[in-house]
Amino acid sequence: MAVIRVREPLKKLAGGQSEQAIDGTTVAELLRELERTHPAIGGWILDERGQVRRHINVFVNGERGEESTAVGADDRIDILPAISGG
Amino acid sequence: MTELLVSTKKGLFVLDGEPGEAFAPGARAFAGEPVEHALRDPHSGRLIASVTSAFYGPKIWYADDPEGEWNEADGVALPDGGDAALERIWVIATGEEDGTLYAGGDPGVLFESRDAGATWELNRALWEHKAQEDWQPGGGGLCLHSILPWPGDPDRLTVAVSAAGVWLTEDRGKTWRRGNKGLLARYLPEADQEQSTALCVHHLERAPLRPERMFMQFHGGVYRSDDAGESWTDIGAGLPSDFGFPIVVDPTDPDSAYVIPLNADMDRVTPEGRVRVYETRDAGASWSARGEGLPQQEAYLTVLRQAFCRCAGGAPLELYFGATSGDVFGSGDAGASWFTVATRLPPVHAVTGAR
Repeated sequence: MAVIRVREPLKKLAGGQSEQAIDGTTVAELLRELERTHPAIGGWILDERGQVRRHINVFVNGERGEESTAVGADDRIDILPAISGG
Repeated sequence: MTELLVSTKKGLFVLDGEPGEAFAPGARAFAGEPVEHALRDPHSGRLIASVTSAFYGPKIWYADDPEGEWNEADGVALPDGGDAALERIWVIATGEEDGTLYAGGDPGVLFESRDAGATWELNRALWEHKAQEDWQPGGGGLCLHSILPWPGDPDRLTVAVSAAGVWLTEDRGKTWRRGNKGLLARYLPEADQEQSTALCVHHLERAPLRPERMFMQFHGGVYRSDDAGESWTDIGAGLPSDFGFPIVVDPTDPDSAYVIPLNADMDRVTPEGRVRVYETRDAGASWSARGEGLPQQEAYLTVLRQAFCRCAGGAPLELYFGATSGDVFGSGDAGASWFTVATRLPPVHAVTGAR
């Protein structure tokens, strides 16, 4: 299983766990499974269209990923807020 | 004691005080987050706030105590799997029945809650109009920003969308129709000004004692309707500018309303560097400046559409407004004189108050 890593405030919504081992073959599949396991996180990372929110970055083993990026069993996925704001 | 909820670009500020003196700073919630609107529901006493995180999207939150635990409301989203996402909740309004609240947002959506804000449901009928018609967004997005219940009749509701005009329902949102006759879109080519449905309403308020009367600040024009929104009459003559965002109605006098003119579409600051509220006491036949106590030199303020309010429950009428400069002003005598409530807050998005 791949490992998804989140920070606050997502960590709290994910039951207080900063790391989750989740099954899936793409970033979108993993995030949907994360939402299914922890409904409180629904709408925080993916919007209603199933797209990663504009100012959230997904890294797969340190490289920028997107919804369709393939993931394997040993991959590490980091969910981080983008450097943005004012 | 008056409680003001000041929604800002960097959090919600709760201020308490009496008219005529600076208010004491109280709680600050959602530090660093853009809070679009907040109110204390007079039925439940609960605080309701809309927050649009730049990262995690728009949410509605509720709490009994601003310094206590805030809970995320359920159902504040568009249908899954569609081609649109909720961008922002612009306004929250109380309904006529206990527990009923409404929320309006971008892209032109209305939500209703019947449990004092814990769960919300999209109004599908209005959403279908938006989906099937060519609604144009205004500069701030396709925002549903004004929600006006009809006193004593929960079936009747008026909403306004920038820039899709006024919408009326008389069956509690099952069906909707437009209410735009008389509005003139001066920002369009002349041949299209009267027929267009791309109508950029900036704010709408109902006169509670005469519910068929509403006052409107338009994108160039101030209007009044005396027939529940079927038609509109321009009442902007006599103002230094008929451009602005908010409008407030005196709940005890359906002939009285207040606007804060800004210079023009292309220069959205208070005219001549003077901050003045304009009042009508004759339903828009004439307007008088009310600036005593407000900055009158080198003051180029912008007051947004939700940032001017009357204080619910106050007598005499209390008025409050905030600016993107972070200044908040108030009046305890129906606008005759003004005092500084707070300064150096983050840019103010909305102000609501209650006694």
